[in-house]
Amino acid sequence: MALTDQKKTAQLDSGILVVNQSKPTKVNCWSCGAMRAAHFCQECGKVQPPTPVDYFTFFGLPFRLNLEPEKLEGEFYALSRHLHPDINAINSDREQQWSLEKSSQLNDAYRTLKDPITRTEYLLRLQGVQLEEQSKAATEEARRTGKLKKQVVPPDLLEQVFELNMQLEEMRMNKKMGEPDRTLERELQDSKKQLQDRYNGLVEELHAAWNEWDALIDRAEQGGSVLEDDRIAVRDKMVDVLNRRSYLRNLLRDIDEVLES
Amino acid sequence: MPNERIVGIDLGTTNSLVAYMEGDRPVVIPGEDGLNLVPSVVALDENGQIVVGSAARKYLIETPERAVYSVKRLMGRGVEDVQDELKLFPFRLADDLAAGEVLRIKLGDKTFTPPEISAFILRQLKRNAERYFAAPVTKAVITVPAYFNDAQRQATKDAGRIAGLEVLRLVNEPTAASLAYGLDKKNAETVAVYDLGGGTFDISILKLHEGIFEVIATNGDTHLGGDDIDNLLITIALHDIQGDLAVDVRRNAEIVQAIRKAVIDAKIALSSEEKATLDVALPGGGRYQRQITRAQFEQLIQPVIDRTVGPVRQAMKDAGLTPKQINEAVLVGGSTRIPKVRQLVQELFERTPHSGLNPDEVVALGAAIQAHILAGGSEATKEMLLLDVTPLSLGIESLGGGVVKIIHRNSTIPASATEHFTTGVEGQTNVAVHVVQGERELASDCRSLARFDLKGIPPMPAGLPRIEVKFLIDANGILHVSARELRSGKEAVIRVQPSYGLTDEQVENMILESFDNAEEDFRRRQVIEARNEAETMLAALEKGRNNPAWQQLSSQERSNIGKFETALRAVVKADDYQAIRTAIDALNQGTMHLAELMMESAVGTALKGQNMDTADVGEGPESPHPIAQAEIER
Repeated sequence: MALTDQKKTAQLDSGILVVNQSKPTKVNCWSCGAMRAAHFCQECGKVQPPTPVDYFTFFGLPFRLNLEPEKLEGEFYALSRHLHPDINAINSDREQQWSLEKSSQLNDAYRTLKDPITRTEYLLRLQGVQLEEQSKAATEEARRTGKLKKQVVPPDLLEQVFELNMQLEEMRMNKKMGEPDRTLERELQDSKKQLQDRYNGLVEELHAAWNEWDALIDRAEQGGSVLEDDRIAVRDKMVDVLNRRSYLRNLLRDIDEVLES
Repeated sequence: MPNERIVGIDLGTTNSLVAYMEGDRPVVIPGEDGLNLVPSVVALDENGQIVVGSAARKYLIETPERAVYSVKRLMGRGVEDVQDELKLFPFRLADDLAAGEVLRIKLGDKTFTPPEISAFILRQLKRNAERYFAAPVTKAVITVPAYFNDAQRQATKDAGRIAGLEVLRLVNEPTAASLAYGLDKKNAETVAVYDLGGGTFDISILKLHEGIFEVIATNGDTHLGGDDIDNLLITIALHDIQGDLAVDVRRNAEIVQAIRKAVIDAKIALSSEEKATLDVALPGGGRYQRQITRAQFEQLIQPVIDRTVGPVRQAMKDAGLTPKQINEAVLVGGSTRIPKVRQLVQELFERTPHSGLNPDEVVALGAAIQAHILAGGSEATKEMLLLDVTPLSLGIESLGGGVVKIIHRNSTIPASATEHFTTGVEGQTNVAVHVVQGERELASDCRSLARFDLKGIPPMPAGLPRIEVKFLIDANGILHVSARELRSGKEAVIRVQPSYGLTDEQVENMILESFDNAEEDFRRRQVIEARNEAETMLAALEKGRNNPAWQQLSSQERSNIGKFETALRAVVKADDYQAIRTAIDALNQGTMHLAELMMESAVGTALKGQNMDTADVGEGPESPHPIAQAEIER
């Protein structure tokens, strides 16, 4: 069940929440004690103390990657109306603090989930993946050692990248000498277009992987069995797409830099 | 209805206003002079008293060294970032400023920090509201430019505290304006707010949806506004005067201020007239006169208003929108009265901009609505909720001076990020963290927000401790930091030292000082009043000595009066109002009989044919002093 489910959405709107289906919990309102609510009490509207949950669970969503942006936005607005500090400005200090923490959690969760790429990255991180480019550990390691972060060249790009880097170097030299090479510039423009198409094409690849992933989630929810190997295969497919994507993005940035300098 | 009134305040570069919700409409509260705008000018008068607003304006011309305007430009800034400002504005900084210290500005022989000067303005607005309500006002929503950074926001909040106001929320000016415009709006639409004020420029793109005002992107320049246009014109005038009349008046603060006033008048006139004339009297009896046409004016200000284009484009890009997707462009701020500015906005958004509300007041009106929402709201505001963003990315300086961004600009606030830190050396117990704000790649190019040490880390091999630091930007756009060491479970001691700004202690001291000053002011007034009363009484006693009634007193009574008189004369010049009061009371008692005798003889005279109506018998029982009644006989 996801936000796409009408019944579920109605429940969300009325504030009955809503924890991830894999681990349903009941939480009592600290104020009136009457009900279960993760974020605010349905009876009295009071904001509930923050609990550390992942962003999908925060929205009462299963770990599916396809989601409807309009529904997510609607839920974001509905929760904002209860959790935002402005709504709790004249409440007790404790409630104000909770409201501050919960609404920052809500905003962080919404920001992460509404963007398809950050949503995928986030899910992969929950799956224990350390993404090459995005991984915090890599950043931290780089920060600690002062070394550049490792960038793996996707095998299918290896040859083209080698050639491209030579061209970029030549172009830089030309520019420095003040002798722009029109032919080289045109070649770079062509490479850029080609890479841009490839970059755009990755979105479809990613969506295909999402569908595979969601199918696994759905099967598990309906009580079916999911092979660990299948899960890892889809996961790694997404990691691969994202890595190529970030690699291409950096490459495109480099080309732009040289062309615009 | 909320019990306590929460007011909305627009603390502007040029003018400030206070507003509140009357029923379901926001209204601006006028000052004693009946005007809605309080000029953001503060002066120190000859008696060392602070003067604010219109009353302070004359000091700008007469004694410019005792007055300051546009202090908002200095809020939350260090000496090194105001050098450009100092060339253009007559700010007189204290001579003994140390690097990293909060700026202090000279007013006569005193110095004040920008938050203190802003607090004087806020206190004036507070007084205006209190007079209007005949009740104390202690809570407020204050607006700030959307593009204000953490330090500038903190400085504004400090100013509120110093003025005795609990600042419930800092609201971004363009967002506040959108609230005022959107009060009656029920349709979903996308709005761009172009806010060019006296000293700041903001552009905000908002999505309005069933009462939710969601800011999608914001950008701006906190040092761009009408002031810059004035400075251009002033520079030209000074240049003219030097060239044509061979007089260098640049160091003559009075003349510069007179020119400033003249160019502002001309600028305003040029919004409706085709030409305006500058006319300023110069020292030595000469005059500077020059006509400016609108065409010349527009050509001149083009570079200034063009500086708004970059931020507008960036905001549109960040919002992922094209001009066609914007349903409405709204004009806010006095400088949007300039036709050329309107034309620019029209070109940028490909539609006629909207300016139904007074651009000077719309921000304050929005602040009043937000104040009302915070207080619990009413039917009119029931559905309204602001979701604002942080204008600048928050980052941490990495090894090598780079920046690792942890909260990106245009993130909805409150927003948070958690970072993990570790040690680089065995047994290391401190880790230094440098937090910056800005979009640049190098930490040195960003705005330094705070440096702090994570202290008390248990000694462990290098890289083993895991310190979790949580950064949280609250709904005011102000950063909060907390930390804990995960392996030992120990809460790390965290001391955040703001790079620019007052410490809590300094703010507390300023609040106390303002109380002390209030006491000092009270004491001084008491001394003056007591002294006046003593003088009146001593003069009356002189007259009493010449009254026949004096002879009716016993020699003991006369001697006592003499003693009390000597005692009063001894203390009347001192600063101790209580001693003066005690001596007055003693003399009062001592002369009671004399006064009675004088009264009797006066009544006797009256009965002998004088008309009581013409006989001034004082004010009877309410008369301040018996001897005063003795003045009946002249």
